[in-house]
Amino acid sequence: MPAGLASYITRRLLIVPVVLFVVSFVAFALGRFAPSDYVQIQAGNRASDETIERIREERGLNDPVPEQYARYIGNLLQGDFGTSATYRVPVDDVLLPRLWVTLQINVVVIFLTWLIAIPLGTWAALKRNTWLDPASIAVFLFFSSVPVLVSTPLLQLLFAAKLSLLPSGGWSDATHFGIDLGLLSKKAILPILILTLPSVAGLARYMRAQVIEVLDQDHVRTAHAKGLRGDVVVIRHVVRNALLPIVTLLGFEIAALFAGSIFVETLLGIPGVGQFAYESVNSRDYDGIMAIVILGSTLFVLAMLIVDVAYGFIDPRIRLGEGLRQ
Amino acid sequence: MSVFEAAGPLPIQTPTARRVRVLRRIARRPVAVIAIAVIVVIYGAGLLAPIVAPSGFNESDLLHRNEGPSWDHLLGTDNLGRDLLSRAIWSAQTTLVISVLSVAAGGLALGVTLGLLAGYLRGPVDYVIMRLAEIFHSVPTLLLLLIINASLRDRVEEWGQSLDNLTGQEWIADYASYFLVLVVLSLFGWPGIARLVRSQVLALRQSEYVTAALAAGASTPRIVFQHLLPNVSNLLIVALTISLGSVALAEVGLSFLGIGIRDHPTFGLMISEAVGLSNVREHPHLILVPGFFISALVLSINLLGDQLTDVLSPRRR
Repeated sequence: MPAGLASYITRRLLIVPVVLFVVSFVAFALGRFAPSDYVQIQAGNRASDETIERIREERGLNDPVPEQYARYIGNLLQGDFGTSATYRVPVDDVLLPRLWVTLQINVVVIFLTWLIAIPLGTWAALKRNTWLDPASIAVFLFFSSVPVLVSTPLLQLLFAAKLSLLPSGGWSDATHFGIDLGLLSKKAILPILILTLPSVAGLARYMRAQVIEVLDQDHVRTAHAKGLRGDVVVIRHVVRNALLPIVTLLGFEIAALFAGSIFVETLLGIPGVGQFAYESVNSRDYDGIMAIVILGSTLFVLAMLIVDVAYGFIDPRIRLGEGLRQ
Repeated sequence: MSVFEAAGPLPIQTPTARRVRVLRRIARRPVAVIAIAVIVVIYGAGLLAPIVAPSGFNESDLLHRNEGPSWDHLLGTDNLGRDLLSRAIWSAQTTLVISVLSVAAGGLALGVTLGLLAGYLRGPVDYVIMRLAEIFHSVPTLLLLLIINASLRDRVEEWGQSLDNLTGQEWIADYASYFLVLVVLSLFGWPGIARLVRSQVLALRQSEYVTAALAAGASTPRIVFQHLLPNVSNLLIVALTISLGSVALAEVGLSFLGIGIRDHPTFGLMISEAVGLSNVREHPHLILVPGFFISALVLSINLLGDQLTDVLSPRRR
C-alpha cells in the first residue's frame, strides 16, 4: 500500500459512524421534540387524552430521549424502521420498492450526466477564445438556474400535453409494489430529462474550468512540443488530469439528485422515495422522515467515502497533504 | 493583460485605486453589467416594494381572477384575483431579506470567522472546526432542513407567541417562520466558505507580510482581520455572490415542501400554488411570472459570479 494511504483510509472510515450517529441522533431528538406528536396523528383526532397517554406509555415515548434513541437504533439494525403514519404499514414495506424506482431513475441520470457533460465541458474549454465559450457558459448557467419546480411543469406541459410526445404520468401503485422496470417504459423519459439537464449543466461547467486549468500547465505544452497529435494530448494529458478532481463531485451530485427527485417525483406522481419524503413531511410522519434521513445520509456518506478513498489511491497529494475539497 | 503593464515597473496601488481598477474592468464586460442591472432591478423592487408594488400582496380583485396580462394587472392575476406583478415584487422583498441575511450570518459571520481562525491558529481549533465542517458537509442538506423545519416550526411559533405575550409586542410570532428559515440556511451556509477561507489563509500565513506584522507585535485579531482577510477577499466575494443564488433557490424548495416563509408572498409559494398540470395548462402565466423572476435573478447572480471570477482571480491577472 502506498505511503500514508492506510492512515488516510482509517481517518475517512472513522468519520462515517460519527457522522451517522450525529445525524441520526439530531434527527431523532428533533422528531421527539416536535409538538405535533405522532401518536396523535396515528390515533386520529377523536382519540381521548387518556388513550394517547396510554399509547405513549406502551411505546415507551415517555422515556428519556437517549433511551428511546437506543431502542430505535436497535430496532433499525434488525430492519425495523417503525410504522408509516401515512400508509399504516411498516416503513420498509413502503420504502424499499420506492427506493428501487428512485434508484433506477437516478442511476440513469448520473450515467447520462457523465456521458454528456465530460465531452461537453472539454469541448467548451477548447473553444475558450471564441464566441462559443461565453455562449456555452451562459447556457450551462441557465440550466442550473431554473428551479426544477419551474422546469418540471413547463416541460410536462410541452411534451405531454401540447406535443403528446411523452406520457406525463402512468405510474401506478402496482409499479412500486411490483418489480416493474420503470426504465423500459416511455414514462421514465420525462423525469430523466428534467433531472439530467441541470445536472449536465453543472458538471460541464466544472469540467470546463478544470480543463482550462490543465491546458495552462507545463506538461501539456511539453506534450504538444514533442509533437503529439492534438487529440492525443487532449484525451491522454488534459481530460485525464482534469477528470481527477471532478470525480469527487459525485457525492454531491447524488445528494443534489435526491433533492431534485423529491420535487420531480412529487410533481409527476412517480412513486419513489422523493414522493414519499414529500408525503412524510406534509403529514408529519416522523418514522417515515427518520427512515429517509437515515437512508439518505448513509448512501451519501458511503458515496463520499468511496470517492475519497478512490481518490486517495489515485492522487498521492491527497493522502499525504491536506484534505481535498478545500 | 497587456504586455506593457507586465514590462513596466510595478505600479504602487492604494486600495482605493485597486478597487477603482477592478470596477472599471467589470464595467467593460457587457455580461457583468447586464447581470448587475437585473440583480439591482429585482432586489431594488423588493427593497422598495411598499412604494413600487401596484397593490398590497393580499389585495384581491375577485372580479378578475386567473386573468392574463391587462392594463389593470400588467402580469395578470392569480386564482384569488391578486395582482401577480405586485406579488412578484413582494416576493423579491422576501428573497432579498433571506438571502442577504443568511449569507451575512452564515457565510460572512460564521464562515469567514471560523475559516480565518482555523487557518491561522491551526492545532486543536483547526481540528474541531474542520471536523464540524466535515460533518455538516457529509450530510445531505435538504434532508436535515426537512427534519429541522418540520419538527421545530410549531415550537418556534409557540416561542414567538410567548415572547409576544411577555413583551407586549404583536409582531414576533409573525416572523417566526423567517427566523427558522434564516437560522437553518445560515447553519448550512458556513462550511463551504470556512473551507475556502482556511485554505487561503494556510497558503498566506507563511508570507512575509504576516511575519513582518508578527515582528511588529501585532495581535492575532489584527493579523487575521487586517492582514489576512483583505487578501482572501477576492475569492470570498465570488463565493458569497454565488451563495446568494443558492439561498434564493433553496427558498423555492422549502416553500414547496410547506416549510418555508409563511404569511408573506415568496417566489417559492407563488410557484407552489401554480405547479399543478391543469393550472399550468390553463393559466401558464401563474407559473411563468414567478418562474421568470426567480430564474432571471439566479441566472444573473451566477453570471455575475462567473464574471467576477474572471476579473478577480489572481491566476488570470
